[in-house]
Amino acid sequence: MSETNAKVVCMDAAEIERSLTRIAHQILESNKGLKNVALVGIVTRGDLLAKRLVQKLEQIEGVKVPLGKLDISFYRDDFATYFSPEVHSTEIPFDIDGKTIVLIDDILFTGRTIRAALDALMDIGRPACVQLAVLVDRGHRQLPIRPDYVGKNLPSSLDESVRLFLEEVDGETAVEVMRIQAGQRAGSAPLNR
Amino acid sequence: MGFNHKHLIDLREYTADEISLILDTAERFRAVNERRIKKVPTLKGYTVVNMFNEPSTRTRSSFEIAEKRLSCDSLNFSGSGSSVEKGESLHDTVHTLCSYKIDAIVVRDRHAGVPQKIADISGVTVIDAGDGKHLHPTQALLDLYTIRQKYGHIDGLQVGIVGDISHSRVCGSLIPALKIMGAEVTVIAPQTLLPARPEVLGVDHVSSKFDEVLPQLDVVYMLRIQQERLEGAPFPTLREYNMLYGLSKDREHLMKPEAIICHPGPINRGIELDDYMADHPTRSKILDQVYAGVLVRMAALYLLLGGAEDGITA
Repeated sequence: MSETNAKVVCMDAAEIERSLTRIAHQILESNKGLKNVALVGIVTRGDLLAKRLVQKLEQIEGVKVPLGKLDISFYRDDFATYFSPEVHSTEIPFDIDGKTIVLIDDILFTGRTIRAALDALMDIGRPACVQLAVLVDRGHRQLPIRPDYVGKNLPSSLDESVRLFLEEVDGETAVEVMRIQAGQRAGSAPLNR
Repeated sequence: MGFNHKHLIDLREYTADEISLILDTAERFRAVNERRIKKVPTLKGYTVVNMFNEPSTRTRSSFEIAEKRLSCDSLNFSGSGSSVEKGESLHDTVHTLCSYKIDAIVVRDRHAGVPQKIADISGVTVIDAGDGKHLHPTQALLDLYTIRQKYGHIDGLQVGIVGDISHSRVCGSLIPALKIMGAEVTVIAPQTLLPARPEVLGVDHVSSKFDEVLPQLDVVYMLRIQQERLEGAPFPTLREYNMLYGLSKDREHLMKPEAIICHPGPINRGIELDDYMADHPTRSKILDQVYAGVLVRMAALYLLLGGAEDGITA
């Protein structure tokens, strides 16, 4: 039991920053610029990463792309068994029809969050295409979903949780891996931990 | 925060944080209702029975819309024209409905206590949609939502409820809910429309003088004179009631500039409200209340059924 609380920092603030810079360049490269591109981050941390990416894209290209955030609570597939009553707001202050939407999430795991996010997006409009950028891909996909942009591939074990913490909400920026405690879920870190 | 309620019957069992969570969730559903696709798949595969044993237009239709926009299947059942008229007991009716593997029952009944009885015997989630002169929790929630939408908060507001206090199930839920949320509540009515001991209401002030109280109110909540529930002539004529307790144009100068008017509907125009006040472009929130009804009912269904894996019981 001595190792149950051990946590390992897999990415520190500087590494995360460099990964985001690279992802920003890759988004620019594969879309040949930023025409028609908009970023949509999945709450509660993908939205904050998306905000950082918008700033980076603006620094590199001098263009401020539209930014939205998406809450997927109403689209989850585990409503009956796992339920987190707090729903965050979805704010997409632009028309997504015909746009290239880059969905941003922190940790890609089973792929179920992304499935829900795709359904949520399709109920809002009809984007021309949807791409996926994630800071960490930890493997263990349960659905045929593959990211277009990855900060770091981090092979993990199912009894580990991989979580992103961000300065804005957690007081520090890092990706940490730890053993799952009894009753804990592998998903995103709660706010105000 | 958690939300561990199975039923929505008595709001006195809810904390201010839990009521706020329902209102916050309703706010998220407002965003859904303002999209082109006003529907989410959340309750796909769930079945809700709307058991309305008493006439209702807005409560019933807004529950139905809420259910459709959450993608659940609903069955409308009414006492009249059913086996209830053949003498089936409530107990048997409920067990029969539950044999269809339903997840929730929304109950409107003319007898107080029926929703609680169904909750006790059925094992499924029960939402009280108005029982007798007792409770009407979703009405109270939509009122709170409307008031919060206007002022951004509920605590500290002066709310006056005017009219037939003693026959009102709206009061039965709204007064405790307003107190939980920190409002100061005054009821205004002739003695004959108040309970014999008004202190049972749990309000801050009781008055029979509308014109004295009106200038202090942030929210003027007009109740319907329920002509079907009046016994023993509580006031001489409707005209006299209207002159003393009706909110009409000639009382507007007594109101705070920002004060709003709410009414649970349906309105008796010319009795408790005149056309000018009922249709007032800034003060009247009556149609906002109707819209809020869909939002809070979606929120209630969402929160009550979420995580309720064992909610399917016969």
